[in-house]
Amino acid sequence: MVLCPNKKEMNNMQISNLESIPGTKIIKHLGMVQGNTVRAKHVGRDILAGLKNIVGGELHAYTELLTESRQQSTDRMIAQATAMGANAVLNVRFSTSSVSAGASEIYVYGTAVVVQVE
Amino acid sequence: MIFSFIIPISLVLLGFIVGRINEARHFADLQQREASFQHVVLSDLKTIPEGMNRSQFVSGSVVISIDYYKRIIASIRMFFGGEVASYQSLLTRARREAILRMIDEADDYDSKYIANIRIETSKVFENDDGIGSLEVYAYGTALS
Repeated sequence: MVLCPNKKEMNNMQISNLESIPGTKIIKHLGMVQGNTVRAKHVGRDILAGLKNIVGGELHAYTELLTESRQQSTDRMIAQATAMGANAVLNVRFSTSSVSAGASEIYVYGTAVVVQVE
Repeated sequence: MIFSFIIPISLVLLGFIVGRINEARHFADLQQREASFQHVVLSDLKTIPEGMNRSQFVSGSVVISIDYYKRIIASIRMFFGGEVASYQSLLTRARREAILRMIDEADDYDSKYIANIRIETSKVFENDDGIGSLEVYAYGTALS
């Protein structure tokens, strides 16, 4: 995996789950980019969540953990797109799967393109 | 000897009482927040309406778990088959919450229209004893 783009370029990347960005025109398709991460919960969080399992309701620690890992996989996808010279990633899709007891994988993919303001 | 009965029964009672209060409170909260966001149009179409020229990716997620009492009711229900109402209310809560969080993010960008909404439900961090929690992730593109 190519992972050495500069941060400034990464912040300029436009992400969208539509097939186009309003007001712009796609001038080049660069192919599919993807990012993934597998995260496990830690024991401390697990004990608290176990208590929460008695009364039900939102498990804040897990929500946070998954948001964090989703951010990480998106960053990896953006890094790949940046390395290809793209300035937008379109048609982004997310998928989550439970790979083994206590661990989840987050996978994000999309199409890297170069867009130009019309 | 008697303790081996007291503990599970008190857990079920605790789950029943606290879980019920929490759920009622959550539903009331959802209704109120949904009413305040009525002006935002939600759509799962990919078409971009006329006059929209700015887009921003928005998302919302929530991890939720079921209470002890409902889990037992559900396992009894699974013996006879049929509609499992206790799991259904859990899923409804999670989905409405995730959508609201997504709208909340869109509202930060002053957007009145969210296009191409996708909602994904998955079981996360399942233990060996099968007690897992449920994650709902809602995402879309906020247009303005």
